[in-house]
This record gives sequence, C-alpha cells and structure tokens, in this order.
Amino acid sequence: MAERYSSFRSGSTAWLLQRITAAFLVVVLAFHFFNLHFVTHAADIEFAGSQARMQNVGYFVTMVLFLVTATFHGVNGIYNALVNQGIEGNAKRAAQVVLGVAGLLLVVQGIRVAIALAGF
Amino acid sequence: MSQSYDRGLIEDFGRWREFTAGMWAWVFHKFTGWVLIGYLFTHIAVLSTSLQGAETFNSTIQGLESLALVRLLEVGLLAVAVFHILNGIRLLFVDLGVGLESQDKSFYASLVLTGVIVVASVPTFVSGAF
Repeated sequence: MAERYSSFRSGSTAWLLQRITAAFLVVVLAFHFFNLHFVTHAADIEFAGSQARMQNVGYFVTMVLFLVTATFHGVNGIYNALVNQGIEGNAKRAAQVVLGVAGLLLVVQGIRVAIALAGF
Repeated sequence: MSQSYDRGLIEDFGRWREFTAGMWAWVFHKFTGWVLIGYLFTHIAVLSTSLQGAETFNSTIQGLESLALVRLLEVGLLAVAVFHILNGIRLLFVDLGVGLESQDKSFYASLVLTGVIVVASVPTFVSGAF
C-alpha cells in the first residue's frame, strides 16, 4: 500500500467532503465556463436568457448545488490553508466562525439570486 | 512501493528556491484556490443586481463586459480555474494512490494544458472588447 502524501488530515469528514465536492466541481465548473463563455458569450448575457436557463429545474438544482459545494470547498480550503500556516487557539476559533458565517451568507445570498433569476 | 519525503515546511516561502515540482503545484493550487473563492464572492455580488430587476442586471453585465480590463481579468480567471481543475484532478488521482511516482510530470502536464486552453480561448474571451 502506497503511503499517502496529503496536506489534509486524512480520514476526517471535512477531508472526505473536500474531495467529494472537488469531483463534482471539476465537472460543473468546466460546464459553467463552457456554457457561459463559449455557448453563450459573457458579453451577450441578459436577464431573459438567464431566466430561461434557470427555469429548467435540472439546471436550477445544478446551479444551487454548484453554489453550495463551491462555497464549502472554498471556505474549507481557506480554513485548511490557515491551519497549515499554523493558526491555533483563538485565531483558529475566529477563523472557523468568520469563515462559517461568510460561507452561510454567501449561500443565502446566492439562493436569493437564483430565485430572482428563475422568477420563482 | 512509494515513500514520503520530509522536505521541511512549505509554508516557509523564503525557501522558494529549493521548492520541487510538487511543492510548486501545492503553492499554485493554494493561490488559485484563494483567487477562485474571492471571485465567487464577487460573482454573487454582481449577480445580486438581478434582485433590482432585469434592467439593472443587464446594464451592469453589459457595462462590465464593455471594459477591456474586465475581459482580460476573465482570461486570468480562466487560467486560474483551468489550472485548479487540472491540478485538482491530479490531486484526486494521487489521493486514490494513482500516479504518485509521476506527480511531477502530471504537474507539468497541467501547466502546459492550462496554457494551451487559455491561449486557444483568448479570441473568444476578448472578441468585441478592443
């Protein structure tokens, strides 16, 4: 068995979720870029077109999942980077609270945007 | 049978001249990760104009896309995202125990492929901006 080399603590739930969200994001981020830069050029994006896309339930659910997984992956990634930098004690606790609140606010605002764009 | 190496603290960036390929991959992955999460907050902020109605949303998007600087930043964002995706795939395979011995080659491949994809995408990203 090959010995693992990873900057993460292998075996924790956050470690596993970071990888599961990564596998999802690899596909959806590539799709998102391709869809909104090559299929529809970014300069041509309008509310009506976004609404047409977001009214497709599958697309809407995918975008909300994209938001939630990207937020978790990014916020948890920053937290891991800070822990690797050596933060401890109060600084570590503060990072957990600030990043947790920021991530939650981002998801709430993102879902408000998704609902507004879809016109639900 | 692979083995792990003690190369010292990678967080000690003053040692950058001693960094190996895998350490550069780690640094680039962190850097692109910071950029992507920073962009996600900005992205949702811009898209929040949709809460003010279609007219505000359209004028915001069109105003931003008319700026050459924004188009160039989008090319930069593409480079950052493509590298993070390709190196992320490399990391997932390494975590699954596949390709650890050739992790330096797969890092170089990620860099080259990122460069090719970004250069090929430049015309699409900047069309109509200059």
